[in-house]
Amino acid sequence: MIETEGLWKSFRGRKATVEAVRGVDLSVQEGEVFGFLGPNGAGKTTTLRILATLVPPDKGRATVAGIDLRRSAGQVRRNIGYVAQAGGTWDQVSAREELILQARLFGIHKGEARRRATDAIEAFELTDFADRHCKTYSGGQRRRVDIALGVLHRPKVLFLDEPTAGLDPQSRAHVWAEVRRLRADGMTVFVTTHYMDEADALCDRVAIIDQGTIVAEGSPDELKREIAGDVVTLGVNGAAEKATDLLRTEPYVRRVEPADAMLVPARPNSPAATQLRLYVDEGGTAIPQILRLLEGAGLHLASIELHRPSLDDVFLEKTGRSLREVGD
Amino acid sequence: MYKLGRDSWLVFARQMGLLLRSPAWVFVGIMQPLFFLLLFGPLLKSIPGIGGNPYRFFIPGLLIQLSIFSGLFVGFSLIAELRLGIIERMRVTPVSRLALLIGRAASTVLLLLVQGILLVVVALPFGLTVQIGPLLLTLALLALIALGFSSVSYAIALWLKSEDALAPLLNLLSLPLLLLAGVFLPMDRGPRWLLRLSQFNPFKWATDASRALFAGHPGDPSVWKALIILGAVAVIGVTWAARSFARAVR
Ligand SMILES: Nc1ncnc2c1ncn2[C@@H]1O[C@H](COP(=O)(O)OP(=O)(O)O)[C@@H](O)[C@H]1O
Ligand SMILES: [Mg+2]
Repeated sequence: MIETEGLWKSFRGRKATVEAVRGVDLSVQEGEVFGFLGPNGAGKTTTLRILATLVPPDKGRATVAGIDLRRSAGQVRRNIGYVAQAGGTWDQVSAREELILQARLFGIHKGEARRRATDAIEAFELTDFADRHCKTYSGGQRRRVDIALGVLHRPKVLFLDEPTAGLDPQSRAHVWAEVRRLRADGMTVFVTTHYMDEADALCDRVAIIDQGTIVAEGSPDELKREIAGDVVTLGVNGAAEKATDLLRTEPYVRRVEPADAMLVPARPNSPAATQLRLYVDEGGTAIPQILRLLEGAGLHLASIELHRPSLDDVFLEKTGRSLREVGD
Repeated sequence: MYKLGRDSWLVFARQMGLLLRSPAWVFVGIMQPLFFLLLFGPLLKSIPGIGGNPYRFFIPGLLIQLSIFSGLFVGFSLIAELRLGIIERMRVTPVSRLALLIGRAASTVLLLLVQGILLVVVALPFGLTVQIGPLLLTLALLALIALGFSSVSYAIALWLKSEDALAPLLNLLSLPLLLLAGVFLPMDRGPRWLLRLSQFNPFKWATDASRALFAGHPGDPSVWKALIILGAVAVIGVTWAARSFARAVR
């Protein structure tokens, strides 16, 4: 549904040139929810804007819904919906008026536009507020209106830029439900996010982007499976160095890292600096051995935690940095 | 062509709807020239070179001022729309790029014409006289100015993308244009160099033409000159703005 090859985009500023997107290759299948996961500034929005015909790439090729982006941007526009992070509604206009105008901008005549607006209001559960001015909406309501505007013309592909950024958990769940419903209707959804739990829960496949390049691509499970084994997080009470030295040579430990610590040199007293992250073959058997080893050396653990690798671990593995810390 | 007209109408209708929903601005737009009419007009009675009734001198100039301002400051609303993501939302639809401009400019022009007619009607009891033909020509002139200048304002707004940069630039631009247009006082009373300078200002021609029209001389050379010059300004402005609308907007 979307194929890109070597997309490249740099912005020339007054002081420096920012290479926002540096050779992005993607392949999104029809009918899937594709997640574009990366920290702020990674190049997600820029890639999305390229694919939505808003900025031309410097280099590279892309087809969206089988149509060449460069050659027939107008044709692409008829087949996509795009919901920017900023939304895009006037304050003093109601959702219904916006929906009608949006339909009419796609060439739909008045009566049909009204009908579609009414249908969308029902489908996206906007009835309670559809005739109030947009400026009175909550963040979650606004997002739903934005998405309704994006799919009114029944596009094949929907681009959503950080649809749940800044939303409370309940509104988030509501937006996720809408995305799943659209997928069930056969729409391909391309969604950017810097929340790994969102990528994990919502997306069929994920591409992880960092500093303008894709560092990993696959289903969340595949990606996590790549980092075989388990992750153990130890609270080491400031004895991080000694514990690291002890653990590093153990045969069942693949890697020891200060959890998030390399990112927080500016905050030496942060709790993260006293945590270690261990990648082990098998958590269940590793934990007793770790405990024995550290107790024997006179180190007292503040906490120990075992978890399956998350997408954050994938990001850490690929980039050496943690998404939690880079994000926001 | 049909699509352009239809899309322009959609944009125009939305802009008019927004205007009517913030009547405060429409009100201010009408009150300002009225203040000039009531609080400044009487001063002109004692100025030599203006002729019998000062309103016959002053109202034609005031109309030009009104059209310059109503055109020049529309860029602010566009920057607000950029920030709200509205322009971006429109750009992903197949809407004609030219329509985004024409619809907006048309709403500016319509508002200006309503304000202008109101001003003329209010000034009639003060002794202003005008015939219907010349009045229509004047309105056409005003429409050209508003069209050209709202386009220029949109183009600059799309380029600067921030109110903080737009405001000083527009102020810098509007004041000399206005002063050199001879709206308030007759230019030919001043020193030669000032008069010469003012002749490079398209609005000097507009002011002269507007006065000639109200005086009942539609054949005056300043009239066709102004129509041509301001027509050219409008074409340049619209072309520039249409290109800006079509190009990438952040
Ligand atoms: N129009 C622009 N002009 C200059 N720099 C830009 C522009 N758009 C994005 N950037 C820069 O490109 C980089 C990537 O930005 P973006 O694609 O918005 O990242 P993300 O959406 O992943 O947070 C950032 O460093 C950002 O500052
Ligand atoms: Mg972004």
